[in-house]
Amino acid sequence: MRPFVLAMAWRESRSSLRRLALLLASTAVGVAALVAISSFTDSLQDSVREQARSLLGADLTVGSASPFSPRAEEEIRKILAEARGAEESRLVRFAAMAYVPRTAATRLVQVTAVSGGYPFYGRIATEPPESWAHVAEAGGVLVDPALVSALDAKVGDTLALGEARLTVRGIVTGMPGDVAVRAALGPRVFMSARDLQATGLLSFGARARYETYLKLPAADPQRLAVRHRAALAAERARLRTVSEDEESLSRTLGRLGRYLALVALIAVLLGGLGVASAVHVFIKRKIETVAVLRCLGATGGRVLAVYLVQAAALGLMGSVLGVAIGLGVQAVLPLVMKDLLPVDVRYAPSWPAVLAGLAVGLWVAAAFALLPLLSVRHVSPLVVLRREYESDARGRRDPLRLLAAALLAASVAALAVFEAPSRQSGMGFALGIGIALLALWTAGLALSRALRHFLPARWPYLWRQGVANLYRPANQTVMVVLALGFGAFLLDTLFLVQHNLLRDLRVDARQDRPNLVLFDIQPDQRAGVEAELRRAGLPAQEPVPIVPMRIASVKGQKAGVALAAGTVEPPRDGGIGRRRGGPNPWTLRREYRSTYRDALTSTEKTAAGGPWPPPGWRQSGGPVPVSLEQEVATELGVHVGDEIVWDVQGREVPTRVAHLREVSWGRFEPNFFVVFPTGPLDAAPQTYVTLSRADDPGARAAVQRRVVEAFPNVTAIDLAQVQQALDRIVSRVALAIRFMALFSLATGAVVLVGAVATSRYQRLREAVLLKTLGATRGQILRIALAEYVSLGLLASATALLLATGAAWALVHWVFDSRFSLPGGALSATALVVVSLTVVVGMWTSHEVVRKPPLEVLRAE
Amino acid sequence: MIPGPATTFDAPEASDTSVKEPMLRCESLTQTYLSGGRELTVLKNITFALEAGGFLAIAGPSGSGKSTLLGLLAGLDRPRAGRIVLDGQDLGPLSEDQRARIRSEKVGFVFQSFHLIPTLTARENIQVPLELRGEESSAPARADELLARVGLGGRGHHYPAQLSGGEQQRVALARAFSHRPRILFADEPTGNLDAATGATVIGLMGELNRELGTTLVLVTHDADLAARARRIIRLADGAVVHDSAAA
Repeated sequence: MRPFVLAMAWRESRSSLRRLALLLASTAVGVAALVAISSFTDSLQDSVREQARSLLGADLTVGSASPFSPRAEEEIRKILAEARGAEESRLVRFAAMAYVPRTAATRLVQVTAVSGGYPFYGRIATEPPESWAHVAEAGGVLVDPALVSALDAKVGDTLALGEARLTVRGIVTGMPGDVAVRAALGPRVFMSARDLQATGLLSFGARARYETYLKLPAADPQRLAVRHRAALAAERARLRTVSEDEESLSRTLGRLGRYLALVALIAVLLGGLGVASAVHVFIKRKIETVAVLRCLGATGGRVLAVYLVQAAALGLMGSVLGVAIGLGVQAVLPLVMKDLLPVDVRYAPSWPAVLAGLAVGLWVAAAFALLPLLSVRHVSPLVVLRREYESDARGRRDPLRLLAAALLAASVAALAVFEAPSRQSGMGFALGIGIALLALWTAGLALSRALRHFLPARWPYLWRQGVANLYRPANQTVMVVLALGFGAFLLDTLFLVQHNLLRDLRVDARQDRPNLVLFDIQPDQRAGVEAELRRAGLPAQEPVPIVPMRIASVKGQKAGVALAAGTVEPPRDGGIGRRRGGPNPWTLRREYRSTYRDALTSTEKTAAGGPWPPPGWRQSGGPVPVSLEQEVATELGVHVGDEIVWDVQGREVPTRVAHLREVSWGRFEPNFFVVFPTGPLDAAPQTYVTLSRADDPGARAAVQRRVVEAFPNVTAIDLAQVQQALDRIVSRVALAIRFMALFSLATGAVVLVGAVATSRYQRLREAVLLKTLGATRGQILRIALAEYVSLGLLASATALLLATGAAWALVHWVFDSRFSLPGGALSATALVVVSLTVVVGMWTSHEVVRKPPLEVLRAE
Repeated sequence: MIPGPATTFDAPEASDTSVKEPMLRCESLTQTYLSGGRELTVLKNITFALEAGGFLAIAGPSGSGKSTLLGLLAGLDRPRAGRIVLDGQDLGPLSEDQRARIRSEKVGFVFQSFHLIPTLTARENIQVPLELRGEESSAPARADELLARVGLGGRGHHYPAQLSGGEQQRVALARAFSHRPRILFADEPTGNLDAATGATVIGLMGELNRELGTTLVLVTHDADLAARARRIIRLADGAVVHDSAAA
């Protein structure tokens, strides 16, 4: 038994290699996608593990949004005292305006002021080399290459930072743990902490982050963390160790990898469809051989085995090819993603990923081939006597076929759960695929039924003939719609989700909106800034007051106590989703920049709590009402009516949540988490922000320069620059996603060719017959055109409908975002699918038209 | 005309059972097909028996039911009513796979359109029946022997597409005899061949019948061809209208 099956499979495969090339290609592309992603993710995580210490630059770090309180300082001193040979380095990070007098250019930058030996691990690469140490000793600054180009500066220039004039000593070319796109938001400037005082920045209202980095050569950072974390948390200081950092980074990258793997899984499943349709066509051409083998006494099972062995062998070849391509692509992936990753990814093929790829490829080839192959058991040996003999036992109710289908479905679900970031998303993924297949199958069936009854008799003959092909006996409508539609569905869904996620990152930049923001304006600078704007001929909006404050207590619980208690919980992994328990730690730690006013702005809508401010609250004598942005209220775990006590520069202000707002953050307006009514904060220490608009970039640059010269502490944000920065980030992210989607597209194309090829054999015979009856080439081509246009339209319309549903569900429930349909772009994708169908269909028909009928018949 | 020693076709193993049991017997065979929702009777109440070593021609115009009868006799299909016993084995209760095993043990086939497997070489085509029986070790030698016997020694590595029609039919004949079948069914074996080539093939079949005692069942509408058989059954409209054995 076995020798016959193997020998037969081997001999047959000499010619099936060409016929089953589609199977090989389908398997290869899917496997390539999977291997590239999994192997890359593995390398990425290995790199994180290796580089963890230099990513953080220290063994342990403590950070805070304000200067460390005396009690926090005491805790840090205790840690240093407990660890022998410990070293400390302090960093202050803040945003400021940099100004190069020589070129008269200004730019918002991210400043890091360093004291001590940071980084303790890893090296900061500079040009000229060793200038990092030079800055620490002699002062001056190091800058990003981006700053050099933005300000047209060069090494040796003087850079004005606040009141200080500092020499540019060099350029930072590489930093461990740095994500390159971050520089887009503001080029970095590194300086010695000695010069910090001279800048005069960090005055009241300035945003800064204070960090201390500790090198603990002889101590276990984790033990120290356990001992001191709670006390520091109570002082709103957050402690991180190198292993926690590594763990959270590794988890984040792992999740990224798994989302990408899901994209790869789509390619794998599309590949499966390609396998199924390739085998379907293959078997149609093999019916005679099968019948002869049956005649000669081969049992159904042995014939099935002959072809299953071939499919599996070709699948294995495809998998090997796919692994090779995948490992090649893995080398390219770091280039595509390098600006998004905090580590240098070393290229190393991951053997588990390779093995998994081979296994999945073999599974795809065998499992998806099995379903169409099972029908060979029902090929009657009578076919050798009568070609047209159609076995009446079509295997429709073949229990083995049902079992195979069920097993296939189960294995797809298992694979989805295994690859997906979570069990729910894996199940959802598998369920979505099931629903999509069912809907496509129904649509295909409904179309052929409907056409049979409603095809207008008045249509021109050629169109009727072409469309009638969709319902005539032995039509392939359902099969083609299934394969084609599924491919289009997956691609459309990917596209729609991507569109909706990226849309949120786009700043709304309409003509009448402000495009210049000046903030950190001290009360005594208000008039001067307004005068500068007026002198430049620019409109100046009424300045908005900003009062920095922190939460003292929520619903009677002290923030410090809650923070200290919260440290026993494992660190949150930053995902999206609502918390059930108490406030999210960041909401208690952060410094709130609140404003006061008695009206909502155009970017705000009332979400709960009636009008703002509550009428008559002044007379009621109760706590001050505040309006919270609804998402932050959710994160804080408060509702309308709950009490929050604010610490406004040392003074406690009890308030009651009276109103929740929905804020459209995409709009370039000063938006706030917390809004007070006018009155209670009028006398509190505050700064102002003002908005203006200048269409000419030169005018914007000029006014920024004059303001920075006159008021060095005032920060300016240029919307055009922000938009550019966001565009740069978005395009990097989109590139990475699209690169992965390319795999699906490639497999989709293979499947499309396969799907159209499934009906090719049938069409070929019909066309030859028509030609014999006197049809011209043009007529046959038009019949084919009618058929493929209708097939493409149906498949892409069904796919679009399904994709809209699936993308809406994903965007709404998984990504918690607003859904919108990009009409134009969607029509374009539909058009692409239809034209692709027609092109492939016409291309296969071309052969029929070109060759004389007899030659085609004989070749078949 | 046919090169090579005739003895290379060994005789089939001697039939164990009694001389009285015929090689092929059918009783009251009736076959119907559904056509456009209506039942169409293709064969009506056919009964005959054929002794081992016999040479029967089933003749009749197209549509008379010849090929249907051949399919039933060889166990390729199930009759609507009636019984077929092949070499003492009742085909009725057997499953499709069990009938396939009977074919691989006892039956050889030759078809009008040759039906060589296009993806296999001539030699490999001949080996298939042997390999199906698990005799793969002796298969290559046996195939070469048969190739020589049908005059195609040295052409074993050719694919069917590289052979002429007559050559293909000779390979098909070699394949039909490779596993030393007890009975050979031939469906219009000369239908796709010119007269001279057809005569060669038929001559070869007749020799085999005489030399090896292989029972031959030949379906044809060609009266000259049918006349070379020792017995002729004529069909018309699905019924036997003449049986030379009964005459």
